[in-house]
Amino acid sequence: MKSLAELAAIREKMQNKVVIREGESATRVVVGMATCGIAAGARPVLNAFVEGVAKNGLTDKVTVTQTGCIGICQYEPVVEIYEEGKEKVTYVKLDADKAAEIVEKHLKGGKVVEEYTIGAITK
Amino acid sequence: MKELSLNILDVAKNSVVAGASLVEITLRTGADGMLTLSIKDDGCGMSEQTVRNVTDPFYTTRTTRKVGMGIPLLKLAAEQTGGSLEIVSSQREQDHGTTVKAVFDTKSIDFMPVGDIVSTMCILIAGSPEIDFFFSDVTPDREVTLNTAELREVLGADISLAEPEVQIWIAEYLKEQYN
Repeated sequence: MKSLAELAAIREKMQNKVVIREGESATRVVVGMATCGIAAGARPVLNAFVEGVAKNGLTDKVTVTQTGCIGICQYEPVVEIYEEGKEKVTYVKLDADKAAEIVEKHLKGGKVVEEYTIGAITK
Repeated sequence: MKELSLNILDVAKNSVVAGASLVEITLRTGADGMLTLSIKDDGCGMSEQTVRNVTDPFYTTRTTRKVGMGIPLLKLAAEQTGGSLEIVSSQREQDHGTTVKAVFDTKSIDFMPVGDIVSTMCILIAGSPEIDFFFSDVTPDREVTLNTAELREVLGADISLAEPEVQIWIAEYLKEQYN
């Protein structure tokens, strides 16, 4: 059974980490979570990013956040990735499997998965 | 929307936009199979006119885009089971906030499954870790509850509820109560 004591243990562990995290260049993964995104399947996509980032030990470098309607509802689920010093990458029509692939190749490997970007889809 | 929990995720986000400090999401299923969903917040509230408008799918305020298809979709989901949707809202200083209440007949063939409500709660909390969420899901056989204010007390001010480790704990905590 999960207990609050376990949560206290997490706090102890985290407090040491907070200091290290500051000053690091962060990558932001932004998932569109308005009605359009949710209806198109953004929830499992968001979950896949959160799980993938945690599983690959990227939590210090990558934050996964949510936003409202990005404005291209026909391409939902849409995810934008912001990296310092690089151009924003917009991935469209994602699902959980594609999200896991992006974690592996882009966030971990540093290589944009071109075939899922908006540029490739609208060609 | 394929699951009721997706409607809940969508509509509860309106409470966040309304500047709520506490959002209470409750599901109550009676022995008669009637399910009452309530999403209650202490946000800024809506005017009477806006309350009338939000259930209209053709209502749009293109400049703000604060309200869209969310409420109409929830209303449809409730009414197609023979249920109903009701919104009570106040902008008064002493009791501002909005309560969206939807009733579903779970025996209806058109009742959408609740689906992955654990995921919905985790995403809501991760998306707005500064807001308190109270969640409860009660049926005649079991009771599931989560109160982020309690978790916040243990975690202290420095550790966000959005931290991946905390999120995993919340998901496990809820899943255990459902098993």
